Amino acid sequence: MTAVVASAPRRGASWTWRIGLALVGLHVVVGLLTLVWTPYDPGAMTGGRLSPPSLAHWAGTDRLGRDVLTEVMIGSRIALQVGIGAVSIGAAIGITIGIIAAFATRWRDDALAATLDILIAFPTLLIAMLVVAASEQASLGTAILALGIALSAVVARLTRILAKRVIQTDYVTAARVSGSSWLAIVREHVLPNIWPTLSVNLALQFGLAVIAEASLSYLGLGAPPPNASWGRLLQEAQGTVYSAPFGAIVPGLALVSLTIGVNLFADGLRDLADPLRRGRG
Amino acid sequence: MSLLKVRDLSVAARGRNLVDSVSFTLDAGERLGIIGESGSGKSLTATAIIGLLPPGLSATGSVLLDGHEVIGAREGELTALRGAVAATVFQDPLTALDPLMRVGRQIGEVWERTERRAGRPHGKGDTRAAVFSLMDEVSLPEPERIAGAFPHEISGGQRQRVAIAMALACRPKLLIADEPTTALDVTTQKETLALLARLVADHGMTLLFISHDLPVVAGIVDRVVVMRTGVVVEEGPVRQVFATPTHAYTRELLVAAERFDRALGAA
Ligand SMILES: Nc1ncnc2c1ncn2[C@@H]1O[C@H](COP(=O)(O)OP(=O)(O)OP(=O)(O)O)[C@@H](O)[C@H]1O
Ligand SMILES: [Mg+2]
Repeated sequence: MTAVVASAPRRGASWTWRIGLALVGLHVVVGLLTLVWTPYDPGAMTGGRLSPPSLAHWAGTDRLGRDVLTEVMIGSRIALQVGIGAVSIGAAIGITIGIIAAFATRWRDDALAATLDILIAFPTLLIAMLVVAASEQASLGTAILALGIALSAVVARLTRILAKRVIQTDYVTAARVSGSSWLAIVREHVLPNIWPTLSVNLALQFGLAVIAEASLSYLGLGAPPPNASWGRLLQEAQGTVYSAPFGAIVPGLALVSLTIGVNLFADGLRDLADPLRRGRG
Repeated sequence: MSLLKVRDLSVAARGRNLVDSVSFTLDAGERLGIIGESGSGKSLTATAIIGLLPPGLSATGSVLLDGHEVIGAREGELTALRGAVAATVFQDPLTALDPLMRVGRQIGEVWERTERRAGRPHGKGDTRAAVFSLMDEVSLPEPERIAGAFPHEISGGQRQRVAIAMALACRPKLLIADEPTTALDVTTQKETLALLARLVADHGMTLLFISHDLPVVAGIVDRVVVMRTGVVVEEGPVRQVFATPTHAYTRELLVAAERFDRALGAA
C-alpha cells in the first residue's frame, strides 16, 4: 500500500529522542573504542594515588593509582553488555511466558500469574546469587544471565496484562473468527500493540540492570577484575569520596547519562511505533 | 441442509444461565435476526456459535456449524472451521480494527490468509488488486488514501465498511453481524444496512443479524428470534411476528418502537 499519510508533515515531532540517541551513541562509540585503545593499560598503576584531574589523567587516579577515565571507558562497554544482554534474555523469556499466560486456559493462567508474583517478590539479588551458585563460578556472563532471569518475571507480568487487553479487542476476535491461528495473532496484532508500552519498560529495565550489576559487583558476583564495572568503581570510591570525589563523580555521571539516554531513546521509539502519538511533541 | 443448527444452547457463568436452552436453525441462504433488549444474551449466543466465549463462561448443548459440532471442539478444529464458514462484523467499528495497522494491510492480511487456506498462490500485486476490489465492493471512496490510512484517520462509517470488507475477504458462508450499525448516525446507518443487504444477496451469504432495533431488523432479515433474559420467547417470519406477536414481550418491543417512531415523526 502506498503510505500517503505517513508523508504528512509531523507537527512538532519530538526531539528529545535525539539527545537519547546521542548519549547512547557516545557510550557505544567509547565502548567499542576500548576494544582497541584506552588512554592507559587497564589495571596498570600509572601515577600517584588519588591524584586530582590533570592533563595526564583527565578524571584523576584511584586509590591504586589507576587512571579513572580508562576504567570508566571500559565500564561503558561492560554496562552496554550487561544492559543489552540482561534485557535481551529478560525480554525473550518474559515476553514468551507473558504471551503464553495471556492465551492460556483460565487455571493455567492463574497458576502462571501466581508463580510470577512469587518470583517478583524475590529480591533480584537473591535470584542472581542462586544462579551464580548454580553455575559455580562468578563471571560477567553469569551476572548477565542472573539479571536477565530476574527481570524476566517483571517483563512477563507486564506482557501478560498488556496482551490480555489486546486479545479481548474486537479486532482480535474478528481475526479469530476469520480463522487466524494464535501465532498469527501474536505476530500481527499482539506484539505490535504491546510494543509501545513494553519498549519503554524494557528501557527502564536496562537502567535497572546496569545499576543492579553494581550490587552484584559489590558482592563479588559481577564482572571480575581487571574489567571494572561502574558499580565496582563507585563502590571502591566510596571510602575516598571526600578526598577524591572524581573517582565517584565520573562513573556516576556515566551511569546516569547512559540510563537517561536509553530512556529518552525508548520514548522516541515508542512514539514512532504508535501512529496515535506520532507527530505529538 | 441447514448451515447452522442450535439445540438447547445454554451459556453459564458461575452456575447462572445467561443464555438458557436456545434453539433455532438457519438454512443456507437464509437471513435470521436475533432481537431483544440490552443484556438479553444476543451477543453471547453469537459468540457461543463460533466458539469464542470469553474465559469464565461455558456453553452446553449443541451447535452444528456447517455440520461440525462447535461445543466442546478443540481450538485447532475451530480455527479451521471458522475461517471457512463464518465471519463477524461488530458493533464498534473503532475497536474492530487494529489501531496500529494500516487499513489496506488489515484487509490484505485477511484476503491472503483466505487464499493460502484455499491453496491458491498469489503475489504482492494480487493482494493489492484484491484489496482495491474489496474496497470498491463496499463503496469506499479514495481507495489509495484510505488503504494507506490508520483507523483513527477515517470516519466511523468508513471504518465499518472496512470491517465489512474484511469479513467479505473471508468469503464466508455465514456472516454474523452483531449490531453493526448501532454506533453510526442515522444516515450512515441506512447506507451501511443497504450495503450489507446488497452484499448478502450478491454473494448468496447466510446472515445472522443481531440488533435491538426492530425497524432495522425488519428491513434486512426473513425470520426473527426474539430473546429476553437469555430465553427465546418467540420465533417466526418477520411479517408474522411483527403483525401478530404472540408474546407480551414482543408486543412491548413493538409498542416501544412505534412510540419512538411517532416521537421522531413529531419532532
Ligand atoms: N464475560 C461475561 N461474564 C459474565 N457475564 C457476562 C459476560 N458477558 C456478558 N455477560 C452477561 O450476560 C448477559 C447477556 O449479555 P450479552 O452481551 O449477550 O447481551 P446483549 O443481548 O448482546 O446486549 P446488548 O444489546 O447490550 O449488546 C448480560 O446480563 C451480561 O451482563
Ligand atoms: Mg451485544
